[in-house]
Amino acid sequence: MSTSVVVDHEAMQEPLPRPVAAQSPASMVPLLIEDVTVAYHRRPVLWNIDYQAPSGKLIAIVGPNGSGKTTLIKATLDLVPRAAGQVLIFGEPYSQQRHRVGYVPQRTSVDWDFPVSALDVVAMGMYRKIGWLRRVSRKYREAARQSLDRVGMADFADRQINQLSGGQQQRVFLARALAQNADLYFMDEPFAGVDASTERAIVEVLRSLRESGKTVIVVHHDLQTVDEYFDEVVLLNMRLIAAGPTAEVFTPENLRKTYGGKLALLDQLSEKMAQPRSR
Amino acid sequence: MSASALLADDSLWELFSRAISLRDYNTRVVLAGTTMLGISGGLVGAFLILRKRALAADVVSHAALPGIALAFLLAERFSPGSGRSTGVLLLGAFVTGLLGMAMTLAIRSWTRIKDDAALAVVLGLFFGVGTALFTVVQKTKTGNVAGLRDFVFGKTASLVAADVWLIGGISVAVIVLCGGVFKELSLLCFDEEFAAARGYRTTMLDGLLTLMAVTVTLIGLQSVGLLLVVALLLIPPTAARFWTNDLKIMSILAAVIGGVSCAGGVVLSSSFPRLAAGAVIVLTGSVLFLVSLVFGKERGLFPRWRSQRQFEQRIGRSDLLRACYELLEPILGSDETTPESLTIYEIDALVLSVTRQWPRGRFHGLIATAVRDGLLVLSSKDGYHLTLRGAEEARDAVRRHRLWEIYLLTQTDLDPRLVDRGADGIEHVLDPDQLAELERRLGGESPHGVPPSPHPIGASGT
Repeated sequence: MSTSVVVDHEAMQEPLPRPVAAQSPASMVPLLIEDVTVAYHRRPVLWNIDYQAPSGKLIAIVGPNGSGKTTLIKATLDLVPRAAGQVLIFGEPYSQQRHRVGYVPQRTSVDWDFPVSALDVVAMGMYRKIGWLRRVSRKYREAARQSLDRVGMADFADRQINQLSGGQQQRVFLARALAQNADLYFMDEPFAGVDASTERAIVEVLRSLRESGKTVIVVHHDLQTVDEYFDEVVLLNMRLIAAGPTAEVFTPENLRKTYGGKLALLDQLSEKMAQPRSR
Repeated sequence: MSASALLADDSLWELFSRAISLRDYNTRVVLAGTTMLGISGGLVGAFLILRKRALAADVVSHAALPGIALAFLLAERFSPGSGRSTGVLLLGAFVTGLLGMAMTLAIRSWTRIKDDAALAVVLGLFFGVGTALFTVVQKTKTGNVAGLRDFVFGKTASLVAADVWLIGGISVAVIVLCGGVFKELSLLCFDEEFAAARGYRTTMLDGLLTLMAVTVTLIGLQSVGLLLVVALLLIPPTAARFWTNDLKIMSILAAVIGGVSCAGGVVLSSSFPRLAAGAVIVLTGSVLFLVSLVFGKERGLFPRWRSQRQFEQRIGRSDLLRACYELLEPILGSDETTPESLTIYEIDALVLSVTRQWPRGRFHGLIATAVRDGLLVLSSKDGYHLTLRGAEEARDAVRRHRLWEIYLLTQTDLDPRLVDRGADGIEHVLDPDQLAELERRLGGESPHGVPPSPHPIGASGT
């Protein structure tokens, strides 16, 4: 049974930009996912994923609920075990490259009633660098403050996190990842349930990261903004449906393959895309 | 027996003053050791609570019971008479305590049984086995259970120096360890997944926390007994949480509350030997908990009630001033509402009262407060004037209110939780550019001008 699906999958999938990969040295490729399969309780949630992320781009992972977007990130960061396949970050396993990878988990994954300030949370991004048995020195507190400033939250540094709005909490999480000063970022639904000003602030941060040559991979749920925010799209629904530059990959046809029956949304979207762009 | 009778009793007073002045070597030792136990219990308990493992301590203490009984039986079998040694009994308690903890973790991660159910199952199982074994112990020749019963109910006052050195030593080790890995433990408790992504071995950190909890629980068994030791770990941090939103302060406070409860319990119970020390320790902690519950600065009931009241008063005050302003606005014309001109006209209280749906008593309360605060002055029967200060504040309140209304009408994608009209202003939520843009759109000519209301005024209130 599984074989047939794999065959089907390969038949559907568009060719990956492998030749390019062969030209650039592996250490230049921010993320290389090879034939990764993940299963929960023996039920596969990701099948034979192959993907190579281009350097210095903003990349959206898009797919319906339960399509394995979050799992793909977690499998990449060794947070869930892979049943098969390997992941290379700049040419090496994640365990060797942790310092180059920043991670923004889903905001709802933690209890925001925890007794710490925004600055404390941001400093957590640097605990590894600070090291065991050491306090968070003034130098690191200053760095945390700067990260908060980058997301427009400098005034809230000493605010307890339970007094922040959802959008502000999301920005604190983003600042914590920025404090890691990584080269590759994974963000899990950073735009989920945030207000307009937070969305603007996050987009600005994403663009400034791209300008400084960082690669950012974002699980994104708002199809309306994909083509505006992202250079590359990964369409995922347990299998890799398509991946590549937004203009080429983010097509109604591919979305139909990804989302299957949920057409109402897609019809809206294709109408929107049929209209001439105004930016 | 009344308190005066107690104090009149010479020997009791003597006992009390001896305890207070630490004249006895034994009291000094017990006091020091037990205080250390309280401090380490509070510290470890803080992390247990934040890790949402509060009940784990309860499982460990109950799971220790079969270990104590088994250790006694085995020791008596191989070397009669050695069954009462504290070290042997604690070792047994440690083994089964840890086993109980491991079993809950295993049930949680391998089955779909939820945390609380897993804890309850393991607690019941081990305590049942322990109780059964205790009846066996009772039937053995040497099985004078009194010594073993101390583990159930505690025996602080009669601890011997050797026990106390063990308790104190382990406590100090736990305190040092907690301090050393403080930031790693806090990261584990706040965001385990992020910790794992950063390369921390979260199972190791979790194991360390569990180990510390088991150790403190076991050394606490002797002092307060297995039924109450859980209180030693959990009451201090829960009480501390009422006072602060800062993890460091909370931990220190939990340690202090734990230490004070233990010290207080020891002193009290050595003065009144009829009171079981364990119970007195826990009761002392409970009193501190109740005080924190009511008066705790951050989350206590009284401060929360007070700030809610202040909030309501602030809202009421700005509502009243806005109502005054909106009565005067049509008379003056929107462009002429300078603070000075607002003070010229008299406001009829009756007209004012119907502009909002204030209950009678509330309206008079608001007026009285406004007069007391110098915002309004009574100028005739049922007629008031705004003072200059009142007029300025009224303009401010109206401006803020209208900016908010416009903003909410035009920016529907705003996170509603950001809107806190009681807070001192829109300026804190919007950046200056957005504010300027909003004012421009409203046609306000000066930066502090009052924009016209986006909707007809007064229709709703009458």
